[in-house]
Amino acid sequence: MRPQTFAEKVLSRASGKDARTGEIVTARIDLAMSHENAALVLQSFHDMGATRVWDRDKIVLLFDHRVPANTVKAAESHKLVREFVRQEGLPLFLDLREGVCHQVLPEMGKVLPGKLIVGTDSHTVTYGALGAFSTGIGATEMASVWATGELWLKVPETKRFSIVGPLPEGTSAKDVALRLIGDIGSDGADYQCIEYVGEVVDAFSLAGRMVLSNMSVEMGAKAGICFPDSKTREFLSTRSSEPWTAVISDAEAEIGESMQFDFSNLGPQVAKPHAVDNVVSVEEVEGVPLDQVFIGSCTNGRMEDLLAAERVLRGKKAANGVRLIIAPASREIYIEASEKGILASLARSGAVILNPGCGPCLGAHEGLLAAGERCISTTNRNFKGRMGSPKAEIYLASPATAAASALKGAIADPREVSS
Amino acid sequence: MIEGRVWKFGDHINTDLIIPGRYLDDYSAANLAAHALEDADPQFAKQVRKGDILVAGRNFGCGSSREQAPLALKYAGVGAVVAGSFARIFFRNAINVGLPVVVCPKASQVIKPGDVIRIDLHQGTIDVVGAKQVLKFDPMPDFMRSILESGGLVPYTRERLHQK
Repeated sequence: MRPQTFAEKVLSRASGKDARTGEIVTARIDLAMSHENAALVLQSFHDMGATRVWDRDKIVLLFDHRVPANTVKAAESHKLVREFVRQEGLPLFLDLREGVCHQVLPEMGKVLPGKLIVGTDSHTVTYGALGAFSTGIGATEMASVWATGELWLKVPETKRFSIVGPLPEGTSAKDVALRLIGDIGSDGADYQCIEYVGEVVDAFSLAGRMVLSNMSVEMGAKAGICFPDSKTREFLSTRSSEPWTAVISDAEAEIGESMQFDFSNLGPQVAKPHAVDNVVSVEEVEGVPLDQVFIGSCTNGRMEDLLAAERVLRGKKAANGVRLIIAPASREIYIEASEKGILASLARSGAVILNPGCGPCLGAHEGLLAAGERCISTTNRNFKGRMGSPKAEIYLASPATAAASALKGAIADPREVSS
Repeated sequence: MIEGRVWKFGDHINTDLIIPGRYLDDYSAANLAAHALEDADPQFAKQVRKGDILVAGRNFGCGSSREQAPLALKYAGVGAVVAGSFARIFFRNAINVGLPVVVCPKASQVIKPGDVIRIDLHQGTIDVVGAKQVLKFDPMPDFMRSILESGGLVPYTRERLHQK
């Protein structure tokens, strides 16, 4: 066998042929996820003349973008999907109960190393953190996946990011992700499969790796992989009984580009409006006044994110004039944070705690910004108009930086607040 | 052959600029067309004419997987998008909804707003009408062009399911 990259191995298995980098293959899909836009998918599904889905056990549907329904139109579109689920008898429908899809699917044990997963959401790349090949697709092609179980994919070139550390105390996976995007640019990994390797990635929890994989799409990547290890095994041990084997690039495989990043001196990073690659160190934006702080999303709404924010905020109050809004990424996290007293502590600091969901991140509901307002957010995009008015400004940062900024009412360095 | 009047846009025109999330609870053509490119150019949706062509820089359509982005452009009347490069999901979505997309890095340097251009998807040429200037691009693989020529993935798949 010739040496293969991770992407070639997964796509060879899924297409039943030797898939080489640059080739277009027709691949069998292992898991297909959709949220609210399932309404669009099923419209195309019917318009295509399809009648049955290819495999009921491989389609996961849930609502997270507009939950509970924020408009009558959203409610009607939820209803359409629920009716379809009932008619088709789809077993993996979670309605609005569980939270943000990219946190929920790993929690369900549905994301396994080496699987080929597609979702009608660009941040589907998140599942790469568990060693799955996972990417975002559109609604109409998802309809075709529902009908046939297949999708054409170009076998991506591989880009390997080797991250040298150890990271300084107080620097998080989000700071690493933002710095990488700042360095290589918002199309710096267009169409490619990024492999994250090195001591910093090894040292990250799965939550940290999910931040890296999640933000890969902000560099244009098709997938962002962290190879499975004992942490992956431990995470999956209680969640899935399905056997799996780690898929890893061969040592001699052809890597398009290998880049090394030494982050042993990296401090907190912030992406300034209106581009995710507009990244500076926190010192350069300290003191920028804020109206809103949001902590949550598929990027940074996990337990360790809430803990990091709570550590900064504990026993203190968010500054007057700043709205602190926090959404745990899933019901599981909500329960754990609630039982550990973290939600109560955050609420004592003045936080408004939302139900798990995506709402504010994409400007759907639950905390839109008015013209002239400024927000720091732990989410993944700061595009103009993303969180409400196109005349608002969004800064992206880690949960610790967001929490420190909530205390000051202005962008703040978490290392100073906590010391 | 696709012919139309040119609107120019810059680099990194993201999906929030093409159709903001705040309008996405309504999938109707009228709603999407009315807000197309609103945050990039508030006049665009009012002034765009059927068949107009967008010429943009790098990384067009970066961001979300929302298919409403190419749909909004198509419903607004856009006949094709020419860009230096496209974000991958937007590119796929555009073909799947039947909106022609062309990768041509030179286009945004050479073509001016208001120019009339003629695109030949088979030959891989962009003709700037009246300027005696022809730009070349790599034609897309046949199967992608077939999807486009069928009007998108829905009619393409319907035809194929019908044949079976």
